[in-house]
Amino acid sequence: MKGKIVSVAGPVVKAKGMKGAKMYDLVKVGEEELIGEIIELKEDVATIQVYEDTTGLKPGEPVINTGMPLAVELGPGLLASIYDGIQRPLPKIMEKAGEFITRGMEVEAVNRRKKWEFVPVVKEKEKVKGGDVIGVVKETPIIEHRIMVPPDIEEGVVESIEEGKFKVEDVIATIKTKDGKKELTMLQKWPVRKQRPFKEKLPPTVPLITGQRVFDTFFPMAKGGTGAIPGGFGTGKTVSQHQLARWSDADIVVYIGCGERGNEMTEVLRDFPKLKDPKTGHPLMERTILIANTSNMPVAAREASIYTGITLAEYYRDMGYDVALMADSTSRWAEALREISGRLEEMPGEEGYPAYLASRLAEFYERAGRVKVLGSKDKEGSISIVGAVSPPGGDFSEPVTQNTLRIVKVFWALDSDLADRRHFPAVNWLRSYSLYLDRVKEWWEKNVGKDWLELRNEAMALLQKEDELQEIIRLVGPDALPPLDRVVLEGARIIREDFLQQNAYHEVDTYCPHKKQYEMLRIMLKFYHLMREAVEKGVDFEKLKELKSKEAIARMATTPNEEWEERFKQIEKEMEEEIKRLMRG
Amino acid sequence: MEGIKYSTVSEIAGPLIIVEGIREVGYGEIVKIESHGEERMGQVLEAAEGKAVIQVFEGTRGLDTKATSVVFTGKPMEIGVSTEMLGRVFDGKGMPIDGAPSPIPEDIRNVNGFPMNPSAREYPRDPIQTGISTIDGMNTLVRGQKLPIFSGAGLPHNELAAQIARQAKVTGQEEEFAVIFCAMGITAEEADFFMKDFEETGAIERSVLFLNLANSPVIERLIAPKVALTTAEYLAFDKGMHVLVILTDMTNYAEALREISAAREEVPGRRGYPGYMYTDLAQIYERAGRIQGKKGTITQIPILTMPDDDITHPIPDLTGYITEGQIVLSRELHHKGIYPPVAVLPSLSRLMAEGIGEGRTREDHHQLSNQLYAAYAEGCDLRDLVAVVGEEALTERDKKFLEFADEFEQRFVKQGKDEDRTFEETLNLGWELLSMLPKAELKKIDDKYIAKYYRG
Repeated sequence: MKGKIVSVAGPVVKAKGMKGAKMYDLVKVGEEELIGEIIELKEDVATIQVYEDTTGLKPGEPVINTGMPLAVELGPGLLASIYDGIQRPLPKIMEKAGEFITRGMEVEAVNRRKKWEFVPVVKEKEKVKGGDVIGVVKETPIIEHRIMVPPDIEEGVVESIEEGKFKVEDVIATIKTKDGKKELTMLQKWPVRKQRPFKEKLPPTVPLITGQRVFDTFFPMAKGGTGAIPGGFGTGKTVSQHQLARWSDADIVVYIGCGERGNEMTEVLRDFPKLKDPKTGHPLMERTILIANTSNMPVAAREASIYTGITLAEYYRDMGYDVALMADSTSRWAEALREISGRLEEMPGEEGYPAYLASRLAEFYERAGRVKVLGSKDKEGSISIVGAVSPPGGDFSEPVTQNTLRIVKVFWALDSDLADRRHFPAVNWLRSYSLYLDRVKEWWEKNVGKDWLELRNEAMALLQKEDELQEIIRLVGPDALPPLDRVVLEGARIIREDFLQQNAYHEVDTYCPHKKQYEMLRIMLKFYHLMREAVEKGVDFEKLKELKSKEAIARMATTPNEEWEERFKQIEKEMEEEIKRLMRG
Repeated sequence: MEGIKYSTVSEIAGPLIIVEGIREVGYGEIVKIESHGEERMGQVLEAAEGKAVIQVFEGTRGLDTKATSVVFTGKPMEIGVSTEMLGRVFDGKGMPIDGAPSPIPEDIRNVNGFPMNPSAREYPRDPIQTGISTIDGMNTLVRGQKLPIFSGAGLPHNELAAQIARQAKVTGQEEEFAVIFCAMGITAEEADFFMKDFEETGAIERSVLFLNLANSPVIERLIAPKVALTTAEYLAFDKGMHVLVILTDMTNYAEALREISAAREEVPGRRGYPGYMYTDLAQIYERAGRIQGKKGTITQIPILTMPDDDITHPIPDLTGYITEGQIVLSRELHHKGIYPPVAVLPSLSRLMAEGIGEGRTREDHHQLSNQLYAAYAEGCDLRDLVAVVGEEALTERDKKFLEFADEFEQRFVKQGKDEDRTFEETLNLGWELLSMLPKAELKKIDDKYIAKYYRG
């Protein structure tokens, strides 16, 4: 079907003669066949958002409707790729167009020529249905790509299945179903705006270990959970997101750079092939998919990038993997919505954002979760989403932050005061929260230490108390406080400086194993109690100031991972002795 | 394609005109407008069947619906680029205003450019020595970075920018470099200051100036940075030069954006600025960078004056989200007579970490800079305390930090307008100041560096 352009304004194009077109159909606009999507229909006039620069487009040029919604290609070869917002591989675009991204570029998302070693896991005559794994391919040295029967295929019997080297479009199996014979390839398509089906949602109970102390111990994220990191510029949103993408113990990571800086994506591209996953020892890139739609790339594709990313994540979830998705930043995505909405002359809601902002955000985060995946066997997979939010002026009362907070269960509030003091990660411990504490408690108690939650809560209480005391200090100065309160301050300081602060650029400190986190906190709190005991027994507070153990505690974070257990025992012993000596006088 | 002349202007509103009864007009194409013998330029903002909305760069004053005719060029805004542009002065559209004829173009470029492919980028790592301690020592600028100066009305940001333009170099390398200066809505006096400065120091020979002054058409302001950056891209990525682009004043640019948006009756975002301002600014700032396998680089120093010194105002706010850090000027330091009044604490260079250290600047640079920052921050905190309890109440240790903060401002921050300090000098000065403090207080520095550089 062919229509004709009637008007062009920025990324929004109107075309007539589009009768029969459906909402969200993919269209090719103009002589150059720019890619666009239908976002509004009025009689035979379709409003189209175009994913590429529209300069030079003229009324009268043709618009071709593909009749298909915007979809992603799914199959082996996705991992270690970097795509733009509509799943075009950036290196391929570079091959074709050079260092700058030009228009009308058609490139395949998944390599058609590469041959993969396909190993069947079902036999002929076996019954299979949508979601069942029929064979596997070694996609990268650490990830086995499980080829599944597409979710929309009904139960049937495997007629033929072959082992060997195949291209993604080769037929690898045929299935006889009620509706006839189906030929299966390793390549599938799925529309990005439609959630992939699963059997049921399960409550998230396993923590997503990120190796970041303030996250794991204080405000834990669960596998299948949702979280947000809001913060003004310079508070370290992107560094936090990079840290999560690097060290999260998910099987697969999807990182969406949505409307952010080009050099940041370059940094990821440069570092991830070199950095080693602590779990497997392999380069992080082998489990990562990057989606880069930087701030200067077309705004409509920025809107799509979030959906492209989550659909890829769902595909790996359906294989039974734990997927972590980072979106940096959801505010830029919301701004793309606002820009398109403005061009459509829709009635604006708060701060010019469209009224459907809240429901779109909710829809997106709702695609996270731990689920029982489709298929005959009982299998689980999960998607955890962490979205960065960039509130204007660092003011959390703005619509994107507020609407996000209504949905997500973990709130990591970044604070520019802390950032100014170079306290990183600049997570404000009094404002942040995690609603997964109780859910992941069991896991920590079983795998790490029975008193995990108690320790964490005690540390929190200490920090809370410190905050109250600070008020008093501001009035009377620290010297006027009773000695026990000064011990509280000292205890809180140790937790703040030596536990909550973590250096992302330090070779060792960048990743802190969960057992080490627990031991650090336990020893710090023990030290605090020893100091209390000493003061209660009459030791002068001034003497506590010069304890050698404090330096040892401060160095716990950077103790190499091979030696920390030994070293911590020693620190604990020495600290007990030191304080006992003090008490003996 | 130059052809049909339309005299069918149906409406004139603010900087916009609407032409009807037209055919084959493309979005974003450039139009020539003639009225009473005077020629102007405009751009199509909306192309519809038989109708186009055009923004007129020179403004619409004096236009009428009867005697105005419009010719569509069929092309987007383009300029001719050439190395001959060095040493020349142009207006915001790229037309020469220094009396000499237009340089012969070596190539014709679309001023909108195309986004740089993130996989073609090279991560910026080469430190630029600006000769200014607060930048080199604590907020190091690297080649390919975009590092704005957040200033306020009446602060010496122009002097600072001129000093950077004059002194910037990568040590140990003799390479071709160029300065592109793009003025948007600044006064003739300010423009004169830069011109004189460039002339006196001979910098003019390797500079290209694009001047849109306060009395030049507002709309031209929107095109000027694009023209400047298109020239920069040619010099950097085609001719292998290291280009420093100074854009001043981005606040005027944003105001022009708001003006056009209001004239088009668009839904306003924060404080009346259009919702797409982030994207629009990004299309300017993101044109800085390096490309794999290419010799040249584009480094940007945009200058903006924060309305009412408010860093949360949309202009600095959106800029800060895109640029790789910011240099913030402080009115308080300026009042104390300190030049350059760089507020070290809120300033930041995001690309510094990888641009400094052994083999780039010096082995101790990271730790020294962290320690200076921490010690100065502590000194500033103590000042607040002194205001409440008085200096007598401080301990000896605290007094040292207080004294350090004062000395830091007077000796490290403050320097002459022609004083060009090397990295070595800046770092040594840092150590000299830290040596005022007891060794044991330098917790952020390894013992080996303390042993080597501490002089207390």
